[in-house]
Amino acid sequence: MHRFANPGRFLRLANTLLPWCAGLAAVSIALGLYLALFVAPPDYQQGESVRIMYVHVPAAWMALFVYTAVAAASAVALIWRHPLADLVAKASSPVGASFTFLALVTGSLWGKPMWGTWWVWDARLTSMLVLFFLYLGHMAIMNAFEDPARGFRAAAVLALVGFVNVPIIHFSVEWWSTLHQPSSVLRLGGPAIHASMLWPLLVMMLGFKLYYVSLLLVRVKAELLAARLRARAYAALDAS
Amino acid sequence: MTRKRRRLIVVLAGMALLSGAVALVLSALDENLSYFYQPSELSAAPRGRAIRLGGLVEEGSLERQADGVTVTFRITDLAESVPVVYQGLLPDLFREGQSVITQGTLGPDGTFVAREVLAKHDETYMPREVVDALKKAGQWRGGQEGGGKGTQ
Repeated sequence: MHRFANPGRFLRLANTLLPWCAGLAAVSIALGLYLALFVAPPDYQQGESVRIMYVHVPAAWMALFVYTAVAAASAVALIWRHPLADLVAKASSPVGASFTFLALVTGSLWGKPMWGTWWVWDARLTSMLVLFFLYLGHMAIMNAFEDPARGFRAAAVLALVGFVNVPIIHFSVEWWSTLHQPSSVLRLGGPAIHASMLWPLLVMMLGFKLYYVSLLLVRVKAELLAARLRARAYAALDAS
Repeated sequence: MTRKRRRLIVVLAGMALLSGAVALVLSALDENLSYFYQPSELSAAPRGRAIRLGGLVEEGSLERQADGVTVTFRITDLAESVPVVYQGLLPDLFREGQSVITQGTLGPDGTFVAREVLAKHDETYMPREVVDALKKAGQWRGGQEGGGKGTQ
């Protein structure tokens, strides 16, 4: 853990991993979309509208996954003061916010023909909207201070406080009566989704995850290089 | 105790306290966080106010009235059932045996007057041919009340 927290080592690792992650992400998203839109069969009740699920579900999973990553990085940053952990949290939250937005929009587009409504204030949809606002708050608070270190500290506390929402989102469909259906894949008694529909979903999931890792590597790299440039500029200023 | 250790304890204790507080709030709000009442919970529902009632459309209960826009059906949770009357368009997924959520008021005669009907979709995703094959083999147990169990 500590070994990879060294910025120089991280940059070398990121440069090796990035082409692989980005390439695999592009391949699996392209393959996943092809399987989802052309190969997977229409659902017995939803018909063709089921294809929205292949984007909606991985996006919603990533929304929770990325927030968990932000919270974990924030804990590491608060406790062990790793500068790289702050950068991971900073680089992740706009990506997570985008996944959340995508899940909300695709869910709404699916809800209109299936449920008969764009939006309801049930526990799942509401807690997901709260997650979106938590991401926005995290991004805002990070840039709200003149001293970046204070912004990082405040944002990390917000990320940890907001983490209680993650299990609430996941279990909302089991704890309370909601319009949103319970989980089809992670459930007791095995997935309630046919193998011909599960595989495209898993390929999309893999693609989304690799896409996040690629963006994370690029964004943390950019932050580190920007910090180096700033350090060099200060050094030049001192020398003159 | 090192400073790192102290910070670790502060963060862990803070998270534990926060989770406890949130759990208490959520359990206190339990009633209000549910989006709808089920038929057997209806006695606890407020009268004369708009509420939501959800459950399965009872098999054989759906009747279209002569005026062409009014439908009556019963909503059941397999323990109790409530008669519902509704005027308006029904969602595509609406049919007998389907989960629905209706919004409206409970009349004095125990009939629920719905103003809005939403279809609830369950977590089962299946190609049509597989469902037909399962039905033919007598293995289909319906995607609704069993939550799709045994459909693999």
